[in-house]
Amino acid sequence: MGRKLLTEHINVEGIDTFEVYRKHGGYRSVEKALKTMTPDEVVEEVKKSGLRGRGGAGFPTGLKWSFLAKPEGVPRHLVCNADESEPGTFKDRHLMSKLPHLLIEGMITSSYALGANTSYIYIRGELLYVLRILEKAISEAYANGFLGKNILGSGYDLDLHVHPGGGAYICGEETALLESLEGKRGNPRNKPPFPAVQGLYARPTVVNNVESIAAVVPIVNDGGDEYAKLGVGKSTGTKLFSACGHLNKPGIYEIELGVPVEEFIYSDEYCGGIWKGRELKAVVAGGSSVPILPKELILKTAAGENRLMTYESLSDGGFVTGTMLGSGGFIAMDETTCIVRNTWSFSRFYHHESCGQCSPCREGTGWMEKVLHRLEHGHGHMEDIDLLVSVAKQIEGNTICPLGEAAAWPVAAAVRHFRDEFEWHVTHAKEAARPGAVYPSKAVLA
Amino acid sequence: MAKITFDGIEIEVPDGTTIMNAARTVGGSIVPPAMCYYTPLKGSGGKCRACLVKVTAGSTKDPRPMPKLVPSCITSVQDGMVVENTVNQQVLDVRKGIVEMLLINHPLDCPVCDQAGECDLQNFAFEHGVSTTRYTEERRTFDKIDIGPLIQLHMTRCILCYRCVYTANQVAGDRVHGVLGRGDAAEIGTYIENIIDQDFSGNVIDVCPVGALTDKTWRFKQRVWFTKPVNAHRDCPKCSGNVLLWYKGKDVLRITARKDEYGEVKEWICNECRFEKKETSDWTIEGPAHIDRSSVISANHYELPVLNHSVVADLPESTQRELEKNPPLKLGS
Amino acid sequence: MPLNLTDMESTNAPAKPQFSAAAQDEIKRIITHYPADRKKSALLPVLHIAQAEFGGWVSPEVQTLVAETLDLKPIEVYEVATFYTMFNLKPVGKHVLEICRTGPCMLRGSDELTAHLERLTGAKVGGETSPDGLFTLKEVECLAACGFAPIVQVREKYYEQLDTPENVDAMLTELRNMVHRPILPWEALAQN
Ligand SMILES: Cc1cc2nc3c(=O)[nH]c(=O)nc-3n(C[C@H](O)[C@H](O)[C@H](O)COP(=O)(O)O)c2cc1C
Ligand code: SF4
Ligand code: SF4
Ligand code: SF4
Ligand code: FES
Ligand code: FES
Repeated sequence: MGRKLLTEHINVEGIDTFEVYRKHGGYRSVEKALKTMTPDEVVEEVKKSGLRGRGGAGFPTGLKWSFLAKPEGVPRHLVCNADESEPGTFKDRHLMSKLPHLLIEGMITSSYALGANTSYIYIRGELLYVLRILEKAISEAYANGFLGKNILGSGYDLDLHVHPGGGAYICGEETALLESLEGKRGNPRNKPPFPAVQGLYARPTVVNNVESIAAVVPIVNDGGDEYAKLGVGKSTGTKLFSACGHLNKPGIYEIELGVPVEEFIYSDEYCGGIWKGRELKAVVAGGSSVPILPKELILKTAAGENRLMTYESLSDGGFVTGTMLGSGGFIAMDETTCIVRNTWSFSRFYHHESCGQCSPCREGTGWMEKVLHRLEHGHGHMEDIDLLVSVAKQIEGNTICPLGEAAAWPVAAAVRHFRDEFEWHVTHAKEAARPGAVYPSKAVLA
Repeated sequence: MAKITFDGIEIEVPDGTTIMNAARTVGGSIVPPAMCYYTPLKGSGGKCRACLVKVTAGSTKDPRPMPKLVPSCITSVQDGMVVENTVNQQVLDVRKGIVEMLLINHPLDCPVCDQAGECDLQNFAFEHGVSTTRYTEERRTFDKIDIGPLIQLHMTRCILCYRCVYTANQVAGDRVHGVLGRGDAAEIGTYIENIIDQDFSGNVIDVCPVGALTDKTWRFKQRVWFTKPVNAHRDCPKCSGNVLLWYKGKDVLRITARKDEYGEVKEWICNECRFEKKETSDWTIEGPAHIDRSSVISANHYELPVLNHSVVADLPESTQRELEKNPPLKLGS
Repeated sequence: MPLNLTDMESTNAPAKPQFSAAAQDEIKRIITHYPADRKKSALLPVLHIAQAEFGGWVSPEVQTLVAETLDLKPIEVYEVATFYTMFNLKPVGKHVLEICRTGPCMLRGSDELTAHLERLTGAKVGGETSPDGLFTLKEVECLAACGFAPIVQVREKYYEQLDTPENVDAMLTELRNMVHRPILPWEALAQN
């Protein structure tokens, strides 16, 4: 059983209250930082920890913090990205609803490090009930002197607010999130300027994922070096994985980075294997936008090494035989899964969520969805398969924000690894269009 | 000042100039096409992606190439930057792709469209597109609506460039129309029944690159290439009064602002000049106007190079039979 | 002070929506979260309040009220309300069942759940409310609860693991027996 840095006390009765949380060592990082460290020293610890952003891109958090512009007299902001909407990802909701004070503690310590005096948690609108939990915890923190003016007599002031979205995946993209926080449509901004220079209200802003901010707590408590001892190579510390799909024990697991994928799927400590005694067919390892991998490639790299749950190992092989760790949304599919149908569902998602600002994504996501819908429903033809790849290519890299890529990658990867199955949907259109149709394995076809 | 190399040509421009405007100082066919950017409108650009170019060297200080193509309309030049546009195959291919994307939900009804002959999309498709479409799905359609008594919106033709929204915000004062919905279901809409009745609202017609916003007062509808543009002015208390009168014979059919060679309005005109002064006697005539850029006007092209296929084109016969039996679900309805 | 509802009804003018006193207090509190010249930031939270106050949807009149409350142009509210999928632009039944349809939920039977709910309630996804006016069915994208699929969200509550008839029945029974609309959080605040 690996060490748990974030969720150790998650099942303690009443841990969502200030008192119980405090009894279990809560808010120590705030005391330590505000009383014994300068803001730059906190940034330094985060750099040392090797923490990489947990929102999907994996960008080193300490480095990101050091980019924050600090012009005289201009307020800066820290905004927590709690928009969690990437299909397969459901760790932040869990963390916030069970351990609201952990996020608040992380926000205070991080805001101090960045010199922000007003910080926001942007939470997706569907999670209004979690917003209530957070607001209650925030008022407790105010009442106990951890928020507000002159926190713990340090002279540092911080106000923290929770802001709900309204139902839009794109608001997880950091600049769309800032637009949304300003009360506008969630249209991502063209970059540059980056938020570190012109973010919320055109002021320097850092946007970080819930889990990244929570991880600052153990980093400050135990020191960055201590944190960096966990994990493998550049994948330091622990990470929350949300596992779903055809698993015996779907759920949220905090693991030390470096656990073999095979162990994660099959061991009873984690997902407990594939449900109904079936075989694994494919995995989307880091949220719906990362490339899907067939069983053979998710368990072992192309070179035959065990694949590990780390940033590096999961991306071993690039996009040809590898994938990405992404947001940690781990979706397992059993042997009866129709890949075409699943790809269509993802495509429909991105089509539905495109903000519509730039032409390749606005038009291309809908195009791919329609073609996939046709294939899945028995009206496809062979050229459609290459057409899909070509449209995906036309979107990728040419859009304002990475939603374009997020929409293109899953389609391209599904065709790359499961072309036979797409072709079968053309050659056996009627059969494939039946609800619940299962693509026979190659062995049966032969 | 910054010195850049654009398609092999050295250009020197003030710091902060965009790549697009740097190229425009040279002019001609090296200038990237712009479907959404509009110099007079703050915040415009960056959306259509028609103007993407390759930066093969970022600057003298940091000569690394930029990993992705960049929108030339909103990317500032850096001293020592090297940019490739018409000489770069990737750029040309991506641009073809953008034409294709912009057309997949476009009605292709140039033969009956008021904009034909002065349409940026038509020009763009001619100059950069391919001649067949691979899109065989149903196109999105909208009913046309009147935005007040003067302006008509054919949403089906809109390419969501947001120019009209910026115009309404920045030129016409109180904005009552905007982009509603999102994704490819986004549309230009007005706040319920509100109408655009500000003094300068008519300018949205001039900035619209396509035939989505048109002048309802256009008399005796005529193909643009059968009309004659004439520069004229009048003493107007609200605007500069410098306009273009579009004549057919002795009749003023419509009035627009004057545009430069990139289709950008030089001076905004008020609704009175645009909609209410349709007699020659209202104006001081300066002389025939020379329209530079719209080659298409004189070439008399009025159809897109893309074949307007029926909903499902080029299908194998077996599939067609199958389709008749099991028509595809209508998406997005 | 807010307009008294009975006063409003006594006039013959079509009733103009008006926030309750508790909602007004909540709006005032929310506005303080943002810089004084950035009142627009409160738009999404206020739209949520409006939707909860006025029968689960935001009519044009309600949106105009939101615009007035935050000193915005009506179009600014309308373009935002139509961008975000949580805001219903048409009247809805007493309970809006938002069924997640995305991949992970689909893998665990969301399609079947949707069909089942249509049968049980008589409502149609994306269409008519059930004949008894109780249920509106809406398909939504991933609700960040994929490990507990399939999921339905009703107002501020998640119903999880709806892959057994028992769980579905329990949900519907709970909703059917909800005689009054639940107390809204800001009303609870005002009562304290
Ligand atoms: C389409 C899209 C959706 C995203 N959604 C989320 C999200 O829901 N939560 C999140 O933390 N980051 C999301 N991101 C990543 C954010 O843009 C940003 O990189 C992240 O919040 C940075 O935080 P981190 O460095 O702590 O990971 C999304 C990015 C894109 C392009
Ligand atoms: S890529 Fe898609 S989501 Fe991102 S800005 Fe463009 S249209 Fe919007
Ligand atoms: S391409 Fe231009 S001229 Fe042709 S239909 Fe579209 S808007 Fe009209
Ligand atoms: S109506 Fe015209 S100007 Fe307005 S967004 Fe559409 S294409 Fe652009
Ligand atoms: S003109 Fe540059 S992106 Fe549209
Ligand atoms: S897919 Fe349904 S909650 Fe994520």
